Amino acid sequence: MDFDLSEEQRLLKDSVDGLLKSSYEFEARKKYRAEKGGWSRDVWGTFAEQGLLGLPFSEDDGGFGAGPIETMIVMEALGRNLVVEPYLDTVVLGGGFLRRGSAEQRAAHLPGIIDGSKTLAFAQLEKNSRYDLGDVTTSAKKSGSGYVLSGEKFVVGHGDTADTLIVTARTAGGQRDAKGVGVFLVPGNAKGVDIKGYETQDGSRAADIKLNNVEVGADAVIGNAEDGLSVVNQVVDDARIALCAEAVGAMEEALKISVEYIKERKQFGVAIGSFQALQHRAADMFTALETARSMSYLASMASSFTDLDERTKTVAAAKVQIGRSARFVGQGGVQLHGGVGVTMEYKIGHYFKRLTMIEQQFGDADYHLRRVAQAGGITE
Amino acid sequence: MDLSFSKEETAFRDEVRTFFRESLDPAVRKKLQEGHHTSKEDLVNWQRTLNKKGWAVPHWPVEYGGTGWSAAKQYIFLEELQKTPAPPPLPFGVNMVGPVIYTFGNEQQKKHFLPRIANMDDWWCQGFSEPGSGSDLASLKTTAKKKGDTYIVNGQKTWTTLAQHADWIFCLCRTDPDAKKQSGISFILIDMKSKGITRRPIQTIDGGVEVNEVFFDDVVVPAENLVGEENKGWDYAKFLLGNERVNIARVGMSKERIRRIKELASSVMSGDKPLIEDPQFRQKLAATEIELKALELTQMRVVAAEGKHGKGKPDPASSILKIKGSEIQQTLTELLLEVTGPFALPFMPEGEGQNEEGDWASPIAPTYFNYRKVSIYGGSNEIQRNIIAKAVLGL
Repeated sequence: MDFDLSEEQRLLKDSVDGLLKSSYEFEARKKYRAEKGGWSRDVWGTFAEQGLLGLPFSEDDGGFGAGPIETMIVMEALGRNLVVEPYLDTVVLGGGFLRRGSAEQRAAHLPGIIDGSKTLAFAQLEKNSRYDLGDVTTSAKKSGSGYVLSGEKFVVGHGDTADTLIVTARTAGGQRDAKGVGVFLVPGNAKGVDIKGYETQDGSRAADIKLNNVEVGADAVIGNAEDGLSVVNQVVDDARIALCAEAVGAMEEALKISVEYIKERKQFGVAIGSFQALQHRAADMFTALETARSMSYLASMASSFTDLDERTKTVAAAKVQIGRSARFVGQGGVQLHGGVGVTMEYKIGHYFKRLTMIEQQFGDADYHLRRVAQAGGITE
Repeated sequence: MDLSFSKEETAFRDEVRTFFRESLDPAVRKKLQEGHHTSKEDLVNWQRTLNKKGWAVPHWPVEYGGTGWSAAKQYIFLEELQKTPAPPPLPFGVNMVGPVIYTFGNEQQKKHFLPRIANMDDWWCQGFSEPGSGSDLASLKTTAKKKGDTYIVNGQKTWTTLAQHADWIFCLCRTDPDAKKQSGISFILIDMKSKGITRRPIQTIDGGVEVNEVFFDDVVVPAENLVGEENKGWDYAKFLLGNERVNIARVGMSKERIRRIKELASSVMSGDKPLIEDPQFRQKLAATEIELKALELTQMRVVAAEGKHGKGKPDPASSILKIKGSEIQQTLTELLLEVTGPFALPFMPEGEGQNEEGDWASPIAPTYFNYRKVSIYGGSNEIQRNIIAKAVLGL
């Protein structure tokens, strides 16, 4: 039982924190968001230089063979700094699928991810699928040795700047059947791909994507075209784990700046942080943060569980805790700031918005609570 | 980072678990599972069983009977104890006065009292709170006046848990009436058989008698019963209260309660299905299980940090353990109440027959009532928030 980071992990944390401290000031973030595509290629380049984009890939694939704790360290730092670059979409989701792909697919795509020249996006959500990953109507019809994809995908994170889309599509079965879901690599500029990008509430980017008879080869399939849902579940669980860590980072910073604020802000001749009503709210936010951190650690550990049911259940439990804590800390941070908390000028509102949107991604607290309950709870 | 237990720790857990299950009287285990009160004899017998095994006071220094176990093993021991469930060690001796005596007491006190605490030859109670001194403990008024080689003690203590069984009480008394609040307080050990001590039971809302008032009327106490230095008692009390928070999360006990809730909710019918199949009930229970898991991990973080960086001052973050631990314990008594449904109503004093549903239902409402105490004692949850605000957040 040991919760400390190893020497190497501490170095990684210091280097990511150092990098973002110098490059990701609140004002700089505004500038990056105004760049073409809504994020900074320069920042992305420094991520590549520092090896962050190659972390989870094996050394044979040109990566660093790092584990879930390293990803957690990076995601926490991205959360603390409200980073808008496509790390989750490219490295965690895109990379997650490719790590489970064939040697040819890894050779074709991983070098571009690792050196920062290519980004990815995961086109999964549909009009009515909500949080059910197996609810897929986009079709993949066999055509020669390849497939033809048709359908509509929504809120695809960084879908408007991605070089390659990873698309879930149905090769067989009905809308919600577990069997018959395939995972396909589709170039963003392929014929028949129609991408409409937009800003998201938390300052990032997403896109709605139409697939009109898009032709892909047999080499576009990741894993088994008729039975890909298990891989989708695993990769999305890894994304949930990463979101938990990002939320912990964002909550940590939100609490920090809120406490700083109430130490400085004076009313009735004293710092408002001297009032017990505010102190107790801040104390409850600390409790919410630390219980969330505990569950984020557990979720990261669960990433290497071999029992997939146990893995899924643990990640779901973590997402419940993170969802509830994130809501409490986000709202509490704004409340402690008072009026300025609801202005664009102050940072806290931006943390609140990111924390709110994390709850909406890949299952909210109620959704995951139902899953934990259906699995019979998590007490051994 | 590694959250799993080592091979050695897992083997230790199995050893402890087996010993608890084999050596605890099944009738006592059943009482605890069902939420009935345990008797003085039950607790004394169990403490002596542990003492025979050498496990009476695992967390004490080895020279006074401790085991020298790592922080992780101490954690496993308590978790298994609560999960069995076995009677929890009476805190007043082994967790409170014992450590004060071996840290601040003289050789004579150590030699006399420590082995008797481990074997529960003496039943201890705590004389801290007074009617006018709750969270503001330092405002206490009970006095101890030096007279020759004795102290004359006058005043009143309250909320004295299980004083009805007690042989000894450790008291905070004001020895310097002119000193400011915290200074001028001394830590004194008093024989409950002394002339001038009166106990008055306080009935709590569950109908039980767990706490008492204790009155001191010109009680003569030998001066040798002073622990450490005169007027330094506040420091010893702070040390004692710091130890109190360590196992306050009671994760093992809550796990046992969850097991019990699932067991009962599987047999209680709601419509044509067992209650456990009601989605709303299941979600409420699952939500509490998740909170408990988060608490368990948080407790493990505190334990691991202690094991690695040494036991210094209590980690102020351990206030989280008190707040969340007590809230979860209360929620679980609430869920048990829900399971019981209308059969929660009949009031059956301990040992006076059963209600229609059988004996399992009768202690459930009283336990729910009684457990409002857990967010009040040991430093109320509001005091814990003050601690976090000041010691952690610097407010």
